[in-house]
Amino acid sequence: MSENLLAVAMSGGVDSSVVAAMMSRSGRKVAGFTMQLWNQRRLPELQTEQSTGRCCSLDDVYDARAIAQHLGIPYYVVNFEQRFEEQVVRPFIQEYLAGRTPVPCTLCNNHVKFDQFLDMAAGIGADEIATGHYARIDRNELTGRYELKRGADPGKDQTYFLFGLTQEQLSRTKFPLGHLLKPQVRELAHEYGLTVATKNDSQEICFVPNGDYAAFIDSYFREQGIEPATTRGPITDKEGKVLGEHMGVHQFTVGQRKGLGIAQPEPLYVIATEPATQTVIVGQGDDLLRSSFYANSVNWISIEGLTEPIRAQVKIRNKHIAADATLVPAGATHRAEVIFDAPQRAITPGQAAVFYQGHVVVGGGWIE
Amino acid sequence: MRSFYFDYNATTPVAKEVLEVFRQALTDGFGNASSIHHLGQAAKQGLETARRQVCALIGCNAKELVFGSGGTEADNHALFGAVAGKDKAHIIVSAIEHPAVLAAASELKRRGHEISIVPVSSEGLVDPGDVQQAIRSNTALVSVMHVNNEIGTIQPIEEIAEIAHRAGALMHSDGVQAVGRMPVNVGDLGVDLYSMSAHKMRGPKGVGALFVRKTVSPESLLFGGRHEAGRRAGTENTPGITAMGHAAHLARTQLTSDMERIASLRDRLEQGILDRVPDVTVNGSRSARVSNTTNLCFEGIEGESLVIALDLKGFCVSSGSACSSGAVEPSHVLLALGLPKQRAKSSVRFSLGYGNSAEQVDELIVAVEEAATHLRRLSPTYIAHV
Repeated sequence: MSENLLAVAMSGGVDSSVVAAMMSRSGRKVAGFTMQLWNQRRLPELQTEQSTGRCCSLDDVYDARAIAQHLGIPYYVVNFEQRFEEQVVRPFIQEYLAGRTPVPCTLCNNHVKFDQFLDMAAGIGADEIATGHYARIDRNELTGRYELKRGADPGKDQTYFLFGLTQEQLSRTKFPLGHLLKPQVRELAHEYGLTVATKNDSQEICFVPNGDYAAFIDSYFREQGIEPATTRGPITDKEGKVLGEHMGVHQFTVGQRKGLGIAQPEPLYVIATEPATQTVIVGQGDDLLRSSFYANSVNWISIEGLTEPIRAQVKIRNKHIAADATLVPAGATHRAEVIFDAPQRAITPGQAAVFYQGHVVVGGGWIE
Repeated sequence: MRSFYFDYNATTPVAKEVLEVFRQALTDGFGNASSIHHLGQAAKQGLETARRQVCALIGCNAKELVFGSGGTEADNHALFGAVAGKDKAHIIVSAIEHPAVLAAASELKRRGHEISIVPVSSEGLVDPGDVQQAIRSNTALVSVMHVNNEIGTIQPIEEIAEIAHRAGALMHSDGVQAVGRMPVNVGDLGVDLYSMSAHKMRGPKGVGALFVRKTVSPESLLFGGRHEAGRRAGTENTPGITAMGHAAHLARTQLTSDMERIASLRDRLEQGILDRVPDVTVNGSRSARVSNTTNLCFEGIEGESLVIALDLKGFCVSSGSACSSGAVEPSHVLLALGLPKQRAKSSVRFSLGYGNSAEQVDELIVAVEEAATHLRRLSPTYIAHV
């Protein structure tokens, strides 16, 4: 077997290109890989002019390959489309139809990038992988556990999407950008002579053009020959009074204000969706405030499990500022109740809740 | 890094003598074969020598060969040419054809013609009876490849050609993987059209030829000058064509001894892997098979990972077919054999050639054993059959 081979996940973007350059310049034996996750030729009706520059496009593969050539490292495109569709795309759709708001990037990290890719790498003789995520991994000598910590760049920190990493996965993963700020990474890209130094950051969900997930779901169903079950139904207020009609519960997410089509003096927000009755319930901003929720499928990182209530800061969506809370054991090892000190806006079922103590990720789970 | 090449069905390195012919045609022999002057005549002479050399290899008349840009053009020329002028023609192809035939057929379908795809057995062989069944009154062409590129199976072209002719249809065969790897005689095969490519037999890329029986005249794909007796417009690629001619000459004069040697290396490789790695099966017929190819299914292993692991050790082998990004998709050939998707994805092709030695084969066996054992240790799906 090739000794000490490091497999770098290369998307063709600035971050992972810098990782590949840093690692190969440090003298490590490195091979680059691009994961082919989604065939962009599918669902052609969703294609737009802007959609060519997205994840898994030929442009990205072209860029990644050019970087690998520039660095003189072996490079391969690996086909993970099947796993991605089974573990990310379909659950993503199921969650929406069930009235929840999924986080596909976390599913992709849990089931593809830090699972299938890690396995593939080990199989070909690379015991470790490196990616361009903005997060840090350190081993805590006292507890003996691998800890996941926020990236140094507060605007870029990606720990919210990484809470599912197990100790085994963390032990074999490197995040070389964790201690850097984005401008430093761009600077490094220039220093290494990487052509992608000025490339834009990727933003939206990679397989959903222009963030229009409802259109994506409709055309995926068409492609699969499935008659999309109509989820049209009433829009009601908290008391059950019908205020209007909607075309499908999957088009709504808690906290959403636009697209309700109801004229009211006060702005209305979606405060809940009930897939069983296909009802979208709306209310005022204050109705979105809640103080507690349960998280399930919790993955504990800095601690082995929750045995007694602990204090933490909890983040309930990517852009949310982690708020002070108490984590309370809730029966099973992988379930916890989160009680905020102050009520939070739009606690959304299906979204991830990630628990922090300062920079350290305690763990995270899914909002029930 | 040392580099051992076991992917001769993808392409082959150009033979030294062939390179010399190629170089000569680019330098001293640079003339345009259509020119009247002596440099043009010399080029024309080189072209005709090459034509005789290729014809000698497949047993046809010099007037029956059209040079072009390669296997894909030859296949397209055969399919599109055969239906030209027909309103609604019917074409029969096999399920394991190269994309050059399958994609051309699907384009013809889009243009209003009818396509039948005949299946293959689990051995990877077309049953002539299925072709007979598929025949219709308007069948214009039957196209079945001579040797499959992924599993090496040799199709019963003679029988299929008879069926086609009885029905008044033309018979085409894609011979890209056959020529230079086994004796080929287009007369014995009974084909009307037969595709060849230079780079599969130690010639350069970008040149190939289509055998066109003299009683047949498929319409030209390109419009322009009256090159190749009006059958293929465009200044002849004399460096490529003369090089292909010389490669054909080498193949004809050395074929028997080369093939015996390569066959014994292939068998050594195949048996070596089967002996040392458990739960490996051979895809496709082992008897009706060209002598340089073996396609093996490694249970519980992703073929893609095995290819990468071997590449990192310096061995070039292949798995499935690469899509435009370079990622591997499950082979349509193996799926057509009835392999489940997972087994198709667990398969790797080894194709040997002139440059391989017994030492290389033995090193490859060791590397495959090492890589497969390691991959299986980590495989979530592999359970050794005791």
